[in-house]
Amino acid sequence: MTSESPAGHMTGERTLIVACGALSRELLQVIEVNNLPGVEIACLPASYHNTPDKIPDAVAQRVRAAAGLYDTIYVGYADCGTGGRLDAVCEELGVERLPGAHCYEFFAGQQTFARLHDAEPGTFYLTDFLVKHFDRLVIKALWLDTHPELLSDYFGNYTRLVYLAQTDNPDLVAQAETAAQRLGLRFELCPTGYGELATSVVELSSPNRQPIGAY
Amino acid sequence: MVEEQPEEEIILADLSDDDLTAQMHDDLYDGLADEIAEGTNILLARGWEPGRVLNDALVEGMRIVGIDFRDGILFVPEVLLSANAMKAGMAILRPLLAETGVEPIGKIVIGTVKGDIHDIGKNLVGMMLEGAGFEVIDLGINTDVEEFLGALDEHKPDFLGMSALLTTTMPYMKVVIDVLKEKSLREEYIVIVGGAPLNEEFGEAIGADAYCRDAAVAAETAQRLIAERRAAA
Repeated sequence: MTSESPAGHMTGERTLIVACGALSRELLQVIEVNNLPGVEIACLPASYHNTPDKIPDAVAQRVRAAAGLYDTIYVGYADCGTGGRLDAVCEELGVERLPGAHCYEFFAGQQTFARLHDAEPGTFYLTDFLVKHFDRLVIKALWLDTHPELLSDYFGNYTRLVYLAQTDNPDLVAQAETAAQRLGLRFELCPTGYGELATSVVELSSPNRQPIGAY
Repeated sequence: MVEEQPEEEIILADLSDDDLTAQMHDDLYDGLADEIAEGTNILLARGWEPGRVLNDALVEGMRIVGIDFRDGILFVPEVLLSANAMKAGMAILRPLLAETGVEPIGKIVIGTVKGDIHDIGKNLVGMMLEGAGFEVIDLGINTDVEEFLGALDEHKPDFLGMSALLTTTMPYMKVVIDVLKEKSLREEYIVIVGGAPLNEEFGEAIGADAYCRDAAVAAETAQRLIAERRAAA
């Protein structure tokens, strides 16, 4: 079906975003506030954050399974530590992905992220999702609950923790501060909203629309 | 109902040499630093050369750990615990090895590249290379091209090893290699690279001599490459 409207969702076109589970709430929020009913998401386990080798094959499998069922399929991952292997999959399947190296980068925006990194390479980043699941995805996944002696192996070269906040939530800020203390890092808050995540998803449905972020 | 039997305590000193080295492989696998230190001291007390303890008990044990890490059976926390156990053995052996006066089989300058502060992999590589008989000069993290060049000039190593964990920092390896080429120094050194986001193709594309996917492979590759270079000389 050909549409005269630039907004795909107005014409019944269907878009699938195969995304990291760590982005599910943010993606649903972007879809809701920007009124994009034609955009659906299919999430892969957020635990792949710690095992990026699994991402390319898992994405490929999910994209192939959805082939022919959607007008557009988009990949809701940055490079995410796959070292270009996700890009190779995207190229092979003819799909695009979110910009940048990590979710930190598209939330913060590429320039802001580069500035943060250049100013202090030893920066550990948390997003809303990672703050909420800090115990499971950081403390337990790295065995710091049972082997606290490993803390210096993991974080000995880090100096600060930057919380890239997607939402204005004092409880999450407090949790992020606690996380920083637990890792022995200086805490900084950097409100980002949904950054380039919102831009990318909205542009996907309509190149002319302006995204609405959380902040 | 079957009553659970308490696990029998293993007395390391009661084991034969073969059983003890096998047990040390298990203890390394399980990251038991105290047991590794104890086993190392027992083998030395039995008259084993420090180099034999290093190779047969520690390096072989870490080689097994490396294989299971590569195959996804072990994960980073387990490898770190194993590495810390090996460090406990190395701390005992290092001064003894130095006393033997055995020449290192080669020298390597390693570092994590500029902008990157991740060193878990690099530290493992350094440890395995040391275990394989190399002298390792570790420049640490966030190493820029001037620091690499300065260390190469000062230490005159056989190898340059570079590590990166970030996709944003791994291109810096090419910056270093290109500067070596500009200064006509590239052929002086064997360049090996590694890090989670790298692969064989990247290593080739930037002009490294080898990409090493893990610490055990780095040690094997370094041994092979230096033997080849010396055979060709």
